Amino acid sequence: MEALFSLIPLILMFPFAGMLINLFFGRRLMVHRDSVTPGVLASLMAGASFVIAVLMFIGLLASPEGASVPLFTWMSLGSGSFLLDIPWKMKVDTLSVVMMLVVTGVGTLIHIYAIGYMHGDIDEQINKRGLDEAAAFDFKRRRYSRFFTFFNLFLGSMLILVTGDNFLMMFVGWELVGLCSYLLIGFWFDDPGKGILNSSAGRKAFVTNRVGDFGMLIAIMLIFWSFGTLQFDDVFARAECMKTEPQAVCLTRSAEEITPAGGEGEEGEGHSALSGVLARLKPSEGGPEGPFATLIQIGPFALTLTVVATLITLFLLLGATGKSAQIPLFVWLPDAMAGPTPVSALIHAATMVTAGIYMITRSNELFAIAPVSGTVVAVVGGLTGFVAATIAVAQFDIKRVLAYSTISQLGFMIAAVGLGGYIAGIFHLATHAFFKALLFLGSGSVIHGMEHGHHHASHEPDTGHSHDHEFDPQDMRHMGGLARRMPITTTVYIIGALALAGIPPLAGFWSKDEILLDASTNNFLVYILLTIAAFFTAFYMGRQVFMVFFGKGRSEAARHAGESTPVMTVPLIILAVLSVLGGLMNLPFEGAHQLGKWLEESVRFAHIAGFNPSVAAISTALALIAIGLSWLVYGRKPLGEEDRDPLYGAGPVFTFLNRKWYWDELYETVFIRPYMRLGKWLADTVDWRFLHDFVHDSILAEAFKGWGLILSKPVEAGVIDRAVNGVAQIIDGSSRGLRRTQTGYVRNYALAIGAGVIAILLFIILRLL
Amino acid sequence: MLNEIAFLAPTSWYIILSAILFALGVAGVLIRRNAILIFMSVELMLNAANLAFVAFARTFMDLGGQVFVFFVMTVAAAEVAVGLALIVSIFRTKQSIDIDDLHQMQG
Amino acid sequence: MVGTIVFIILGLIAVGAAVGLLTSTNAIHAALFLVINFTCVALFYLGLNAPFLAMVQVTVYAGAIMVLFLFVIMLLGAERVPLSSRLRWQVPLAIVLVAALMVTSAFVLFSPQIGVSLPDPAPLGEVGTNPQGFGSPGAVADSLFISYVLPFQMVGILLLVAMIGAVVLTKDDKPHRETPRRKWEELLETGKYIETLDE
Repeated sequence: MEALFSLIPLILMFPFAGMLINLFFGRRLMVHRDSVTPGVLASLMAGASFVIAVLMFIGLLASPEGASVPLFTWMSLGSGSFLLDIPWKMKVDTLSVVMMLVVTGVGTLIHIYAIGYMHGDIDEQINKRGLDEAAAFDFKRRRYSRFFTFFNLFLGSMLILVTGDNFLMMFVGWELVGLCSYLLIGFWFDDPGKGILNSSAGRKAFVTNRVGDFGMLIAIMLIFWSFGTLQFDDVFARAECMKTEPQAVCLTRSAEEITPAGGEGEEGEGHSALSGVLARLKPSEGGPEGPFATLIQIGPFALTLTVVATLITLFLLLGATGKSAQIPLFVWLPDAMAGPTPVSALIHAATMVTAGIYMITRSNELFAIAPVSGTVVAVVGGLTGFVAATIAVAQFDIKRVLAYSTISQLGFMIAAVGLGGYIAGIFHLATHAFFKALLFLGSGSVIHGMEHGHHHASHEPDTGHSHDHEFDPQDMRHMGGLARRMPITTTVYIIGALALAGIPPLAGFWSKDEILLDASTNNFLVYILLTIAAFFTAFYMGRQVFMVFFGKGRSEAARHAGESTPVMTVPLIILAVLSVLGGLMNLPFEGAHQLGKWLEESVRFAHIAGFNPSVAAISTALALIAIGLSWLVYGRKPLGEEDRDPLYGAGPVFTFLNRKWYWDELYETVFIRPYMRLGKWLADTVDWRFLHDFVHDSILAEAFKGWGLILSKPVEAGVIDRAVNGVAQIIDGSSRGLRRTQTGYVRNYALAIGAGVIAILLFIILRLL
Repeated sequence: MLNEIAFLAPTSWYIILSAILFALGVAGVLIRRNAILIFMSVELMLNAANLAFVAFARTFMDLGGQVFVFFVMTVAAAEVAVGLALIVSIFRTKQSIDIDDLHQMQG
Repeated sequence: MVGTIVFIILGLIAVGAAVGLLTSTNAIHAALFLVINFTCVALFYLGLNAPFLAMVQVTVYAGAIMVLFLFVIMLLGAERVPLSSRLRWQVPLAIVLVAALMVTSAFVLFSPQIGVSLPDPAPLGEVGTNPQGFGSPGAVADSLFISYVLPFQMVGILLLVAMIGAVVLTKDDKPHRETPRRKWEELLETGKYIETLDE
């Protein structure tokens, strides 16, 4: 099965080829206004990547230890034990293949969905700008192909991230997806009216991500200085070795050479001997436990292995909080909803935000050495899950609710991997991708329906309503009663909502339950936080469903909304099916646990959990209660058009949640405003007033002018002119004096001659004396 | 017969005399204002020089001195001719031979 | 003895004539004083065994040059010398200079360090005889035409040039000077000739 693994570079080539074709020829490929060629091309490329991922899956079924397929050497600097050797190698193992399948699978479906969605979105923009026929066509050609260029680029970047064989390659993918996120969030940067908000949101995402990337970069540097390499296998092998032997010895070893204590030495086959060798070494047997005192030399500091690992993992956590929107760097995700809905679905629900969880899972060996970080990670995840769920309860924008829901669910995943439940985390990652993508795409369908309804309503002659420009198709308060108008969307949406709420037997239940199980056995505080978050999750999803789909339409748009085209509804249906059946991946019963067993091959510290009925029962009961509560508030007496949300009755609490715990305001006051003040101060005082006015004008210019004055008046006129004129005057005077000898009288000349003769005679005489 | 006439004094006396006559000639050149008289003083100076030549010729028994005197006389004659011609033509313009009247080339 | 006395007498006469030349107010007188001077010098030449030169001196200097001088004096009417002088300091300064000159000469001749000591002329033989013919025309001619023939020829050319120069310098260049023929033609034309007959 080696041959199958060598196909892995294609998984990158397809999306990048699609990107390049769309970049250079995309406009030409759209021959008429409703042409979908760029979209189809992009989707085909995504689909091809999915095929490759499936092939990798098949290959791994036969040889589960996977392979590392080298492409070329990127850089090779240094020498000896600190050789920075970064080859471009693609790692095919069970963990990366799981990620690949999720990314390409969900990605392909979303690509297909976007084919239809973007047409509608661009049409909406054309109407907003009032473009004429020719301009509209040109606009559509440009924007449509641009979108799919970015989309394919994103897919390729995410695949670089998950197939990277070393930390630096992963970081390359990490940064690239951040870039794509920025590009896609700010896709409508020139929307009349909201354009500035879109680009600000893109910038916020990028900058916040950057803070996280800073942490990640420090972690990478620490890894290099501690372990001398960035390859996953080598890093983990050397870390393992350093538990017992000193650093200098371990730095010279590579993964193939490490013979585990207590295990049999084995020549590793294939490129990844690590999984083969170390898989035989379960964490509970062989190998030392507890704080490791091996000294690691990092520059001038000598720290113990545990401390170094803690530092590394905490910085990795910082990176993860940026990318996966945890506390404190989650503030970009809600704003990122400004991008088109497929973007929100793909990037901010299913794939990019899961990169943090993938990264932590990949680094599970390091987290094992530093149990303190694990706890920190879990607490961060738990808190985030709790906070975000409470905020989601009080939001009115349909996508905002889903955004905070995403943050909350990511908190679940992060908490899971922090507690060591890597399998649970990855499981939830996969199922969450299914139903969250479904929910986002569904919301996109709803929004499109609302926009269609708005158009139809505005064309009716006798509505009597003023359709102002502030019509927000995403505001749930204007929706309602859409179940009748958009049946397919409603059905799939409800399926997704139930999955998210954790109702058995849908997929979400199984994965969420596994997380809760891990939490209950490892960290009670996290368990409490997550349970409360689960309760709120069910509540706000119920609230959303009742507000959007049931009752009566609360605006003209809602009353005239229409169902979406099949190109959009079909992916929805597929995702709904996956949401239902996804749990089969990893049922917690004996004989099942397919995903768990699968992941054990790559993730050394993954452990297969059992099944605790009481935990399951508690969570299910809470979810049902929450849904019932939401029905009580929103379903029994559906909101009328002018009714306020009943939750306003909670007063300041509601406002607090509605204003997102004032988190953005906090950042604004603590960080942003002082920073802007500093920047303004630097620009104004230091640069303008000091440097420009003072140094340039007062000092330099004045000095120059002063020097000029000195040089011109006293020096030039006084000295130089006088000297030059003086010389002329001397000559003049002397010549005037000498002229007096030219009397014109012959006798005077004769006298002079005579005197000269006497003088010569005297001279000669005196010389002879 | 003329060869046989000779009266000799010490040579230095002849030289003294020559010097005196020369000095008087210089005085004449410097003092007189009449151009012709200046010329005559110049002739006096030449004569004094001739006398010195002849005296030396006799002292050292070298005929070269006498030959030189011959040449000096010839040149003096030519010089007088040209000089006087000049004076005549100047007189025609200026109607005066006072050399103090010829000071146009003053600075 | 005889020579010394003759020398002193002649010397005094020569110096006296020179002083007379210096101080005389009349140009004719000055010229005549110069003639006396020349004659004395000629006599000196005789005493110095240069009879040929003595004759040449008299002939050329006293005879030709001084005559020329006298001609020009009389031609130009220059016997009177103007009195007032614009250069009042010229004369005293000239006297000073001449005195300095004389002092210097004395110095040259008589000072112990640098004074030249000249030998006395040797007598030729018995007093009054010149057996070698030193200074005779024959001896001078020999020297002139054999040893110094080139300077001799050059001097000849010099004389020629001087002659031409003198003629050229005194040439009249007023082209429209009235000639008698032109004057007569003008009178004939204008008919004024009748008036001239009355003169």
